[in-house]
Amino acid sequence: MHRFFFREVPEYFPFLLQGAWITLVLSLVSMACGLALGLAVALGRLSPYRAVRWPLDAYVELWRDTPLIVQLLFIYFTLPEFGLTLPAFWAGVAGLSLNLAAYLSEVFRAAIAAIDPGQRQAALSLGMSRVAIYRRVVLPQMFRATLPTVGGYFIALLKDCSLVSFISVNELLRHANIVIADTFDSMNTYIMVGFIYFVMSFGSARLIGLLERRLTPRHQRHGAAMLPGPKGAAA
Amino acid sequence: MTGAVPEPVLVARGLRKRYGAVEVLAGVDLAVASGEVACLIGPSGGGKSTLLRCLNVLERPSGGSISVFGEALCRDDGTGVRVAPERTLRRARSRMPMVFQHFNLFSHRTVLQNVMEGPVTVLGLDREAAIDRARRLLRDVGMADREDHYPDQISGGQKQRVAIARAMAMAPSVILFDEPTSALDPQLVKGILAIINDLARQEITMLIVTHEMKFARDVADRVHFCDGGRIVESGCPDDIFQRPRTARLADFVRSIHE
Ligand SMILES: Nc1ncnc2c1ncn2[C@@H]1O[C@H](COP(=O)(O)OP(=O)(O)O)[C@@H](O)[C@H]1O
Ligand SMILES: [Mg+2]
Repeated sequence: MHRFFFREVPEYFPFLLQGAWITLVLSLVSMACGLALGLAVALGRLSPYRAVRWPLDAYVELWRDTPLIVQLLFIYFTLPEFGLTLPAFWAGVAGLSLNLAAYLSEVFRAAIAAIDPGQRQAALSLGMSRVAIYRRVVLPQMFRATLPTVGGYFIALLKDCSLVSFISVNELLRHANIVIADTFDSMNTYIMVGFIYFVMSFGSARLIGLLERRLTPRHQRHGAAMLPGPKGAAA
Repeated sequence: MTGAVPEPVLVARGLRKRYGAVEVLAGVDLAVASGEVACLIGPSGGGKSTLLRCLNVLERPSGGSISVFGEALCRDDGTGVRVAPERTLRRARSRMPMVFQHFNLFSHRTVLQNVMEGPVTVLGLDREAAIDRARRLLRDVGMADREDHYPDQISGGQKQRVAIARAMAMAPSVILFDEPTSALDPQLVKGILAIINDLARQEITMLIVTHEMKFARDVADRVHFCDGGRIVESGCPDDIFQRPRTARLADFVRSIHE
């Protein structure tokens, strides 16, 4: 009969945690690169110049219309034939962040387009520079509006990292498979792996929720509509 | 009488603007003297908003010239329109801010932050000085007790008060108003007009697009009638409203009084 749960922490648990740590680092690094790249692509796609827009549009289409796993395998196994060899970790970062950026650029572009153009006009009419307008008016509103979506992408990314085990990055799933090859205890190992993923995702979701709350003015927070708002005296 | 003609702070000559095939401004000549309150009236679609947006080069004119404070923002040497460098435009805009029909407050910033934005990012004032200035202006427009509110927490009339304070925070020489009361409920209009009236008594030059004819008559030094992309008639309020010289203006004045 299969032993269902452990009386003690199994000896390979730290090994799984090591894999989880790599998953977390890989996600954070890929997220940072994906955010920066996604923003750059979004801004480029809002450019008035076709020569800038067109290649970026093509990139976004291409990346969204092919599976992530194929992109990862291509970067790790095919690019070396063109003379570009990346270590597994960085091939993973490249694949994940290029993929993420394609999606985020759409999210950012839509959020920027949704900001009332009157606000940009008002900023211009005060004499603000284009850079200042982005920094002070457009981007803060864009980040706040897209935070829940971006947070969702981060949690998806944490889990997508498991695909990177295919290109031999020593992340959580790969460590799990090593353990299973050793112990043949796939059930308990996968239960633990699932548990670790759940804790990482759930924890991230809570943190993102807190951040979102902090960045939202008190009166716009969930449930605030029920409270009596400050009443404006008739002007 | 000294005989000295007040120097114009705002001059447009032969200003043209086309959107595709439509010529929205068809050669506008306009001069606004220093300290003057000029009202721009005319039927909807006549190009008044476009004219205002061209004067601070938010829109790039298709032809003609503009000079502000004696500095060319845009000139037309026959071969095409040359627009002044971005820095020159920005400096001119900061001395000539605009108040919009739909307020256009920064929705992610509080009332106080809205008013501080220009002084801090454009004029380079330090925070303390910007806060002092913003508070003083908010008091002037009766919004002192709303400084921590966000734009979606205040009424239209209050938003326009904040927008006026935001423009005033630039310590401007000129303010451009584009139908500042058109989006407001009738009972809120008076308060805004009273504030503009107060400003009119200061040294600030104002160009005001408005449909409030009584206000224009009371406050304006000069009234310009804009129709079909041209300034059709200009004069003192009495001449414009009592003795229109063109049939178009006469029709417009009559239509307003009906
Ligand atoms: N960005 C634009 N693109 C195309 N047409 C425009 C644009 N802005 C204004 N117009 C047109 O220019 C004309 C004048 O508009 P506007 O300056 O807003 O008039 P007014 O402020 O006097 O009502 C209108 O027919 C309007 O449709
Ligand atoms: Mg208009």
